[in-house]
Amino acid sequence: MTTETLPKQENADSALGGHVKGYLERVKGGELGALPAVFGLVILCAVFSVLRPAFLSAVNFANLFTQGAAVAVIAMGLIFVLLLGEIDLSAGFASGVCAAVLAVLLTLQGWPWYLAVLAAMVTGAVIGLVLGSLVAKLGIPSFVVTLAAFLAFQGVVLLLVKDGTNISIRDETILAIANKNVPPVAGWIALVVGVAVYAAIQLVQARRRAGRGLVATPVAVIAARVATLAVVAGIAVYVLNLERSRNAALVSLKGVPIVVPLIVILLIVWTFVLRRTAYGRHIYAVGGNAEAARRAGINVDRIRISAFVICSFMASLGGIIAASRANSVDPNTGGSNVLLFAVGAAVIGGTSLFGGKGRALDALLGGAVVAVIENGMGLMGYSAGVKFVVTGLVLLLAAGVDALSRKRAAATGRS
Amino acid sequence: MSQGPILELRGINKSFGPVQVLHDVAFSAYPGEVTALVGDNGAGKSTLVKCIGGIYPIDSGEYFYKGERVHVSGPRDAAALGVEIVYQDLALCDNLDIVQNMFLGRERRSGLVLDEDSMEEMAAKTLAGLSVRTVKSLRQHVSSLSGGQRQTVAIAKAVLWNSEVVILDEPTAALGVAQTAQVLELVRRLADNGLAVVLISHNMNDVFAVSDRIAALYLGRMAAEVKASEVTHAQIVELITAGRSGELGLKNGNGAAS
Repeated sequence: MTTETLPKQENADSALGGHVKGYLERVKGGELGALPAVFGLVILCAVFSVLRPAFLSAVNFANLFTQGAAVAVIAMGLIFVLLLGEIDLSAGFASGVCAAVLAVLLTLQGWPWYLAVLAAMVTGAVIGLVLGSLVAKLGIPSFVVTLAAFLAFQGVVLLLVKDGTNISIRDETILAIANKNVPPVAGWIALVVGVAVYAAIQLVQARRRAGRGLVATPVAVIAARVATLAVVAGIAVYVLNLERSRNAALVSLKGVPIVVPLIVILLIVWTFVLRRTAYGRHIYAVGGNAEAARRAGINVDRIRISAFVICSFMASLGGIIAASRANSVDPNTGGSNVLLFAVGAAVIGGTSLFGGKGRALDALLGGAVVAVIENGMGLMGYSAGVKFVVTGLVLLLAAGVDALSRKRAAATGRS
Repeated sequence: MSQGPILELRGINKSFGPVQVLHDVAFSAYPGEVTALVGDNGAGKSTLVKCIGGIYPIDSGEYFYKGERVHVSGPRDAAALGVEIVYQDLALCDNLDIVQNMFLGRERRSGLVLDEDSMEEMAAKTLAGLSVRTVKSLRQHVSSLSGGQRQTVAIAKAVLWNSEVVILDEPTAALGVAQTAQVLELVRRLADNGLAVVLISHNMNDVFAVSDRIAALYLGRMAAEVKASEVTHAQIVELITAGRSGELGLKNGNGAAS
């Protein structure tokens, strides 16, 4: 034990080998990361494309994004709350309330779109502030607070949209979010710039660390990451840029849906916050060991409240996207399966329900799995009942994998 | 060894409601020395340490640091003086790596972004200064470390901030034989580096293995503060269990230390 030394200056070969070995050891030790979601996604896509070739069509591929967008955005916010080991059951209807606020101001009051969007986002933030304060300051379990809010918000949506009617949205800008596309050329440019910037950041970081004598990511690993990103994103942009219209002469329909770059920006922002800022570090610390965080001088209450604010704020964005996609807001916006799907997306993506483990990317991976199940089973012609049952089982499976990997981690001394 | 104490408490009293836990306790810690704080369960060891660390306010008594009277009214005051306490539960976050734990709450940043590189360098330097060679990578999660390694990280976290007094609460209680030896070696090295180390322990072997001085608490009173070389194992056990041992200790169960 005392003979081991810090492997400071390794040569490139053993650094690469060490990197791969370290990764395999972590997987064996129960840190599965994104593996289950990626495997699940590949298997689901394979099964659905064999059974229903329509699944692979460009139209359906674009549908996947717009169908899954709202849930993925809500899930991204939920991850902050889940990282603390808390839960927000009201995120679904919080998005409904924000969408209703948007619709009322936009359609009934005639506000300009940017003010209505701002009002919806502020509504989300205020909801989070109230929920977070109740949890952090009064000490009511988040499960109870947000269950109460779940019921109450359901009522608020009903009150806002006047009992069961629906409010249609006619504002061009809001409708564009989920229904219009980025010009194909812009899609390609964004892809190239994005991949180049990602590669540059990784390389500069590795060189700086190597220059200071720290263990740097091997160039081969960086190349593999950049290549993966380029291939996956490249295929996505290529397919989305195909002509999707049945009658191209009449209406051309091609390009990346506007909601996709929006989600990518959110992903980059929250990944940056979680991984590169002291605030993000403190979120993980509170989720891992709140008492240790408190003794380290971290204001645990403030971290808790802020996580709920971020969650409800992201729910408001999810609500806006949902309203845009449905062209209207009704009492069911953000209701029924939205919350279940969002929690499921986060957990399937690899975020732990026990707190302390999760990434913003999990929301997209898990969101993709949920969207594929929903979409694929719809194509297969199954009823809503079957879809609910299957999605519930998948969520249970993901939570089971989470719990088992924790057990496994405890067994291998990574308790 | 001839210099005065860096930390000195005189006439400390502390009550929780009607229960007086500390009676007129005096305690000193010297730079470059390990002072063992021993006593039976309920003797007041933890309370005394928490008073030193500013977690409990003292009811009366004087707190001297480097010969000057100071007022410690919170953990931050104690940390500002240079007093760090490593609690028994270590207060580490399992889901963070070694560097992240060592800098928790005091992260270095350049602008908005965390300065990971300089933190990793400082952490490596601190661990090297303690001659710690048992960790494979500074970027491994604390959850993957052994008990002794975790203890090492917690101690390294405490000395990272140029602290001058490090108080260790039962650092070897949960460790096996080899790991206990490692941690005791580290404790000794801290003192050799010039720090004043206070070691709370129930294990007489550990106490005699590393301590220069031994302070024995008995029912909230300081029974004796003696040099480790001048007492025997049996005498310390007597001091812990009866409050006195021959010439040493409390005169009649309610007086001050001799």
